[in-house]
Amino acid sequence: MMQGVQIDLISSEKLEKLTSMEKIHLILDHVRQGTIIILEKGLSPDEQSTLIEMTMREILPDGFNGIEIETYPSREQSPGFLQKLLGKATPESRLTVIGPANQLRLIRKEKDILSAWVSTR
Amino acid sequence: MNILVQTKKRISRFLSAFFRKKRARIGIYGPPNAGKTTLANRIAKDWTGEDVGLVSEIPHETRRAARKADISIMGSNGSNITIDIVDTPGVTTKIDYRDFLEYGMDKETAVTRAREATEGVAEAMHWLREDIDGVIYMLDATEDPFMQVNIMMIGIIESRKLPVIIVANKIDLPDAMPQRIRSAFPQHPVVPVSCTEGKNIEDLYEKMVEYFG
Repeated sequence: MMQGVQIDLISSEKLEKLTSMEKIHLILDHVRQGTIIILEKGLSPDEQSTLIEMTMREILPDGFNGIEIETYPSREQSPGFLQKLLGKATPESRLTVIGPANQLRLIRKEKDILSAWVSTR
Repeated sequence: MNILVQTKKRISRFLSAFFRKKRARIGIYGPPNAGKTTLANRIAKDWTGEDVGLVSEIPHETRRAARKADISIMGSNGSNITIDIVDTPGVTTKIDYRDFLEYGMDKETAVTRAREATEGVAEAMHWLREDIDGVIYMLDATEDPFMQVNIMMIGIIESRKLPVIIVANKIDLPDAMPQRIRSAFPQHPVVPVSCTEGKNIEDLYEKMVEYFG
């Protein structure tokens, strides 16, 4: 049988259809089973906060020990008409890699390159 | 006469309770072993004479948020603030009990510590969403500030529109590079300090009066 690591790339269209809790459950359900998740569009700050909290609640001795998450630094979106009017610019969430902490290690992170190392369990 | 005085006191109490400005709760956040409890203890000791919590070299010594209420800090120009300081467990996305075995703990103690640490991080995130009015984000100036957890936490704090001061701790160590923290978070004030030696701590108090007042 072929040994390896499953990598799921999840499109922004799929993510936009999910509620915040659905996104977090989707991520944790997959990552707990050893899958590396690549989100085309990252999580909002509130979702990231909930993800940290829920990850902590899922950690078990000799089992799941948390996540490694990496993303590019967010950049300001060019404001639309309403945002210009209100003087607000929202940071754009960007491609994000999430995996089990015991399998995914970041090697190098630069402005435009994320380099990670993945091991089998 | 007595009735008049008592009534006056009651009205005064009612009005002061009604119009009293809410005391700001300032959370000390950051990754494990950045020196959060050392800073909380120094602030509390300097202004109230008491400690907040225990300090240790083993990560996750603080596993439950601890609040020290009614700390009045005075700036050099005479203005002052009264705040509650909340010392929080170090935020991380992973905790493995095996990391604690390296410090000589037996498995049972390490597993218990890891479980308490996970609860502590979850609690810290909950405080940030519900009960915190301002943040001191504590970083070890000898470590890489671009760690994802720092980027995420600063993003979360910004999204909640909380005032934040970044503290670059451990500047007494030879490897400290507080300028790296300044370049990582140019949008926020960065105060380099040594919490163990008390170096530059007065600068932090001035910034706290300015930002949290």
